[in-house]
Amino acid sequence: MADFLLEIGCEEIPARMIDAASAELRDRVGAILTRERLGRGDLASFELTSFDTPRRLAVLASGISAAQADVVEQVTGPSVNVAYKDGQPTPAALAFAKKAGVDVSQLEKTSTAKGEYITARVTKKGRTAAEILTEALPKEIATIYWPKNMYWRKPNERFVRPVRWVVAMLDADAIPLEFDGIRAGKNSRGNRILSDGAVTIPRAGSAYVESLRAAKVLGRGEREHQIRKALDAATRTIPDARWREDKALLDTVVNLTEFPSVILGGFDPQFLTLPEEVLVTVMRDHQKYFAVEDTRGKLLPHFLTVLNTDSDPRGLIRHGNERVLRARFNDARFFWETDQKKSLLERVELLRHVTFQKDLGSYYEKTRRVQRLCSWLSEQIKQGGLAVRPGVIHKAACLSKTDLTTELVKEFTELQGIVGGLYARVQQLDESLPEATRMAIADAIYDHYKPESTEDDAPRSMEGAVLSVGDKADSIAGMFALGLVPSGSKDPFALRRQANAIVKVIAEKKLPLRLGEMMRDARAGYQKSEAEKKFVDDAEFSRTTTAFFRERVEFYLKDVRGFAYDVVKAVLGADAEDVVDALERAEAVKQVLYMPEFQAIGAACKRIRNILKQAAEKGIRPAAKFEYLPEAAHEEKNLAAYLETNGPRIEAQRKAKKYGEALLLLATARERVDAFFDKVMVMAEDERVRANRLALLQTLLREFSTIADFSEIAAEKM
Amino acid sequence: MKSSSSNPLTYQELILRLQTFFADRGCVLQQPYDAEVGAGTMAPETFLRVLGPKPYKVAYVQPSRRPADGRYGENPNRLFKHTQLQVILKPPPENVQELYLESLGAIGIDLREHDIKFEEDNWESPTLGAWGIGWQVMLDGLEITQFTYFQQCGGVDLNPISAELTYGLERIAAFLQDVDSIYDIVWARDAETGEAVKYGDVRLADEQQFSVYNFEAATVDFQWTHFNQYERECSVLIDGYWSAKKARPDELVRLGLGGLVDSSGNAVAPNRYPLLAAYDLCLKCSHLFNILDARGAISVTERVGVIARVRALAVGIAKAWVNQQKNDQQKIGQQEGDVPGEQAEDESEKSGEAEAAHKQKAKKQKLAPVG
Repeated sequence: MADFLLEIGCEEIPARMIDAASAELRDRVGAILTRERLGRGDLASFELTSFDTPRRLAVLASGISAAQADVVEQVTGPSVNVAYKDGQPTPAALAFAKKAGVDVSQLEKTSTAKGEYITARVTKKGRTAAEILTEALPKEIATIYWPKNMYWRKPNERFVRPVRWVVAMLDADAIPLEFDGIRAGKNSRGNRILSDGAVTIPRAGSAYVESLRAAKVLGRGEREHQIRKALDAATRTIPDARWREDKALLDTVVNLTEFPSVILGGFDPQFLTLPEEVLVTVMRDHQKYFAVEDTRGKLLPHFLTVLNTDSDPRGLIRHGNERVLRARFNDARFFWETDQKKSLLERVELLRHVTFQKDLGSYYEKTRRVQRLCSWLSEQIKQGGLAVRPGVIHKAACLSKTDLTTELVKEFTELQGIVGGLYARVQQLDESLPEATRMAIADAIYDHYKPESTEDDAPRSMEGAVLSVGDKADSIAGMFALGLVPSGSKDPFALRRQANAIVKVIAEKKLPLRLGEMMRDARAGYQKSEAEKKFVDDAEFSRTTTAFFRERVEFYLKDVRGFAYDVVKAVLGADAEDVVDALERAEAVKQVLYMPEFQAIGAACKRIRNILKQAAEKGIRPAAKFEYLPEAAHEEKNLAAYLETNGPRIEAQRKAKKYGEALLLLATARERVDAFFDKVMVMAEDERVRANRLALLQTLLREFSTIADFSEIAAEKM
Repeated sequence: MKSSSSNPLTYQELILRLQTFFADRGCVLQQPYDAEVGAGTMAPETFLRVLGPKPYKVAYVQPSRRPADGRYGENPNRLFKHTQLQVILKPPPENVQELYLESLGAIGIDLREHDIKFEEDNWESPTLGAWGIGWQVMLDGLEITQFTYFQQCGGVDLNPISAELTYGLERIAAFLQDVDSIYDIVWARDAETGEAVKYGDVRLADEQQFSVYNFEAATVDFQWTHFNQYERECSVLIDGYWSAKKARPDELVRLGLGGLVDSSGNAVAPNRYPLLAAYDLCLKCSHLFNILDARGAISVTERVGVIARVRALAVGIAKAWVNQQKNDQQKIGQQEGDVPGEQAEDESEKSGEAEAAHKQKAKKQKLAPVG
């Protein structure tokens, strides 16, 4: 058994790409070892470990075979008739034996369905691990996926950044593979600053990690641990303080360092008069600093920065970072103060000069449309019995995009919306409005880009929710009307993310909205605009938006709420327009799915669907209405009677949205349905009888499918 | 004062040290380009030199004008005209990162006392049809250098590529001298009296006056007229290259391009064709666009369109330039019998232009990067 090591030494890999690439490299190496039978007899006996830093991706495998086992294969040649004439081998047999590398006397015979053939046993010599890996690895390395790659030597050699060294070893021996002009060996490199650079790896396995540790290079886990410990230690020097946990930031700094340490810096408490959002954005997004807060979560005038070195002996690093932060905060304060010279109200006019999208006009026009759409949305929501303040939404919509003209947002684009909300809070928007209304407007503006991902929260207030939905629906409507439908990885306007946000807000705020109607109204907002000349026709718009939202709702139910795929399909098969309702139905269907009655009903629905389909294909049409014909079978009448009595009851429950009860009632149909299919032949000879039975089935299927299309339910579940 | 050295470099010493450092490593020291540019990348020493196969190493200081960044001399960190030290290494040596780190040592930065990180930052200039992959180099939280592996320039895939190091000189000087305002940077110090001349003494008036001009006084019509005229002149030159290349000596003379015919009556187009002048015109357009932009005369919608017009010029010049360089290489090869190894296969072009052009096209497609 041998230990294997592969290290690709690279110039600094972007922090955001390291984790995925490292896992991919490990999986690729694992796949080769498995495919080439380099495990210990059984396939998965080797152990794989990743090791990565900004300057290297490495994989360690222990317990691999030094060589493949030899394999004996039986090779089939020509038929016996061809191979022998009068008991003597023919030239064909001789040629086959030669090719197989055996003597003619060693050829065997085997009979197959097609006759008797000659065969040879060929021993395939196992290749050594070194041979296999030398040949296979370069291709695997070259095909690692990078969101953005480059070339530095030859245009066809691509990687994320220039590769500068490769270490490939089996135990203590180098494997002579070559990647992009670099011959692998035993020489790695240590920390740029804290070591003298060159590191010779004595052997694969733990010695690799030890050698790098001595050269001040730590693996990911150790770095994360070291950073957390150092953040804690530095924070402890301030009474009652804690550092603000931030997983994304931590992942970034872990992947920006090879041997991290932490220092605590401070800033002038005067800056704390600026909004926390601005201070934290500067620290986190621009400087990659952790914020420090007191026990109540209030920001303290300190920051923590993670260094790519072990210490700050003369305090120069702290001093430098404080200097940069001071300049950044000064800028932010300057922008904040400059922006106050023009109120958000005055900025509405400026939006005429800010383009939303080249064909869809300016943000001024968008604002008008969103206001209009939001008043329609508010009306729907009111009718659905929810409390909403249309006046707040109207005002918030009017001001929602004005922060795009502020210096602060031009500098910190990620703060769009938030800055508008903050400014709305401090500015006297309209003195006639009560304080609480002004704050509600400010909050709606502040939240209206939310949720920015499926993990992000929906807006806090109903008004913020409506504005969020209206803003996004307007964008989606405009883009789809122009035919700019996202496809594959192409979604430049992040329309999928926006639609996901709409679905999430509707679901979480329980908004009584129908998606198709909403999109039609959003589309109507563009009426008589210049853009409309370039629009696709209404049918195409309806088709593409319906399909698009159907996918988004499916995604939400399945990936966000965890419903099974077939439940989602069944529920959306009945209706995919009302998200809140679909969620309730999904919950109800999930509860009854394991009842044996539904197994039978699901099977019956599939059967009915097939019968109706085949009939339609043959041009046989159901009667307009089921009638109690004299020829009708007993089971047939029974089922019809059942439907007559229970149909309205099920429907009443369904209308009252008591889906659980409706489904339990529906389950009682099972006996009659089973009896019907046991005894009644649907496609009877008599045309009238046949049409009558088809009519009954059609009604049955329609009544069964109002909550979910049970024919979609996977059989094994039921 | 808390700085890495008790006796930090003056601004001009910083420049001198960096220049010396790169001169010692085989770079041509060029002088700043004598036309308005927005960045060192736009100087022909970068834009044109990175095209084509010929290796080149150059370093130069480039004052870079960005009208919209002016702040009337009132913001301590922002300038209308900042200064870059631009280095092009074509092709990049294998130890280019180490070389860069060494250059920091040369200006008094002891990396053992500082925190240095290479953070992903890919550079792109839509106006030049150019982009590259690289990092912003962060020193104690301050971005001091843009480090780029150029991949494409003027819409042309580069082969070989170049490494571009762009040092932000004011930032670095302020860091070294530990001053909070650019205007407090010591530019020069009198060796005898010890008296300091500050950045503000040298440059403040430029910031004040050009801010007024760019934001307020510049006449929009005038800038547009010039933009249109420069653009027209530039386009005519670019188109003219391709016709001049095919023209016979007598045709060139008739076109008023006698300069493209040598004393023995042979056509020397395209070698002498003034693409460098076309590029100057393109730079003028770019600068005028920047002024119009600062002046608020270009709406966001228009902006994309105007950038595309400038890019069309840059791309047209890059394409013609690559072609002209090929001809040059060939000419030099024929005259001196000294065809560089890489160019050997281009000799076949003697056999006939059309065929050679065809071959080149085929070759280019073959080398086109995947994805």
